[in-house]
Amino acid sequence: MGRHAIHGALGVAGLLGLLLLWWLGVHVFGEADGLSARFSPQATLGSLIELLGQGEVYEHIWVSLKRILIGLLLALLIGVPLGLLVGSYRHLEAATTPAFQFLRMISPLSWMPVVVMLMGVGDQPIYFLLAFAALWPILLNTAAGVRQLDPRWLQLSRSLSATRWETLCKVIIPGVLGHVLTGVRLAIGILWIVLVPCEMLGVSAGLGYFILDTRDRLAYSELMAMVLLIGVLGFMLDALARGLHRRWVHA
Amino acid sequence: MTEVLLDARGISLGYPREHGWQSVLENFDLQLAPGEVITILGPSGVGKSSLLRVLAGLQQARAGSVSLLGEPLQGPHPRLAVAFQDPSLLPWLSLESNVAFGLDFARQPKLAASERRARIDHAIEAVGLQHAREQYPAQLSGGMAQRTALARCLARQPQVLLLDEPFGALDEVTRADMQQLLLQLIARHNTAAILITHDIDEALLLSDRVLLLGNHPARTLGQWLIDLPQPREQRVEELGALRIDILKTLRRASRTPEPDSQPMPLPSETAHVPGRLHPHSS
Ligand SMILES: Nc1ncnc2c1ncn2[C@@H]1O[C@H](COP(=O)(O)OP(=O)(O)OP(=O)(O)O)[C@@H](O)[C@H]1O
Ligand SMILES: [Mg+2]
Repeated sequence: MGRHAIHGALGVAGLLGLLLLWWLGVHVFGEADGLSARFSPQATLGSLIELLGQGEVYEHIWVSLKRILIGLLLALLIGVPLGLLVGSYRHLEAATTPAFQFLRMISPLSWMPVVVMLMGVGDQPIYFLLAFAALWPILLNTAAGVRQLDPRWLQLSRSLSATRWETLCKVIIPGVLGHVLTGVRLAIGILWIVLVPCEMLGVSAGLGYFILDTRDRLAYSELMAMVLLIGVLGFMLDALARGLHRRWVHA
Repeated sequence: MTEVLLDARGISLGYPREHGWQSVLENFDLQLAPGEVITILGPSGVGKSSLLRVLAGLQQARAGSVSLLGEPLQGPHPRLAVAFQDPSLLPWLSLESNVAFGLDFARQPKLAASERRARIDHAIEAVGLQHAREQYPAQLSGGMAQRTALARCLARQPQVLLLDEPFGALDEVTRADMQQLLLQLIARHNTAAILITHDIDEALLLSDRVLLLGNHPARTLGQWLIDLPQPREQRVEELGALRIDILKTLRRASRTPEPDSQPMPLPSETAHVPGRLHPHSS
């Protein structure tokens, strides 16, 4: 417990250090009352508090989180069954691995023009791009999980005359869930990064949209507040995913 | 002749190696009667666990046949329960759920909810783990995990129990308790059991018949029928004589250089053992 407290305190100190660097950066490199003052921590925090006092920002947060959730669900729906299959059959794995690695390395954002051309503007291309971005870590981790299943668990289920379905539901899926959750955590990291630029295209809500909006309104301290907010929300999402993973693995 | 529950004849098994085949066990026979406890005794690596997997229908023998209740064994059978050498608990299930695991599988006999509940409770109680039923395998000691695996077998109330060194990780006192428990349960449900161990004393205390495996590839070096009532702790003299005899047989086998061409040593090697310890011919 003592160790945890120390680590927690060190983490907080690191965050405060970051704040200090930010403040120093603005002061040293900016002019005293020029444009840069609007990027300073004080101005940003002030704007943030103001923003959080109004209702509008919550709507944008909600829209963005919903997109993340839908993208993640789509990726899970496709990635987990595909990962189970790929992990179960060596030949399938050999056949698909190079293709997956190839697709994985293409930044999802580079598909954006194509997708917009095919699907039009709106939420659909965003869902597609997010699902596409989140698919790979989930698929590859699921497949790795299947390969690392403890053969003793499978032997046990066989000795209990389990049907294929029972083995899948009672042993294989719970057995790979830890890996799937690792994939989800990686996916959330990617999703959060991809989300903001995705939302800068042809939609009228969401955090990415709101950033462009503040820029257009020349509300720079609000823009910084949004940047900060995106960081905080991402941090919380990651903590949530980590917590889920830890709960399952500790069980 | 009495009825035979599990009948194994001419079992040979081995594993593929880089260059060809490694034969592990040859020409093994065993007939298990209802209520009988047979111990298979043998040094490490002799092929005991492999043999048990064959008897459980989990592994194909290279030659020979196994039948259960008069029918050839095609694969795992719901009337037969195995406790593996390793507890093989599922880490995401609590102790209680691990004990219950498999009871509601489609191919297992149907149980009413109350019966299921009662069986789980009894099994956990029997191995003395009521206090830990909510715990997860990562929180259990080696001995507790082993007892959980045993409880998982007991909850199924199988007709044949196959136990691979089920007490290996237990301290002396718990081990003695578990041995007594096993004997009680076997007597109560008229279960038959095959118990694998490399502990001669355990074999002598628990079983109606001891089979000794040895050599490479392994064969049955001898069989001893132990016709002593339970509890046996007081019968030190008779058991002691038998113990020495088993040890002698084992030592003689390890001295013979190449076993392949040799005929199987006859069980009558043990004919001179006094008392009610009869060599057994099957
Ligand atoms: N899955 C396997 N693949 C290849 N060889 C195996 C396999 N399992 C066992 N063997 C070999 O078969 C032989 C017998 O192994 P087995 O586990 O049956 O021995 P054992 O008598 O149970 O030993 P112990 O008392 O140490 O548990 C060993 O030489 C082992 O290397
Ligand atoms: Mg073994």
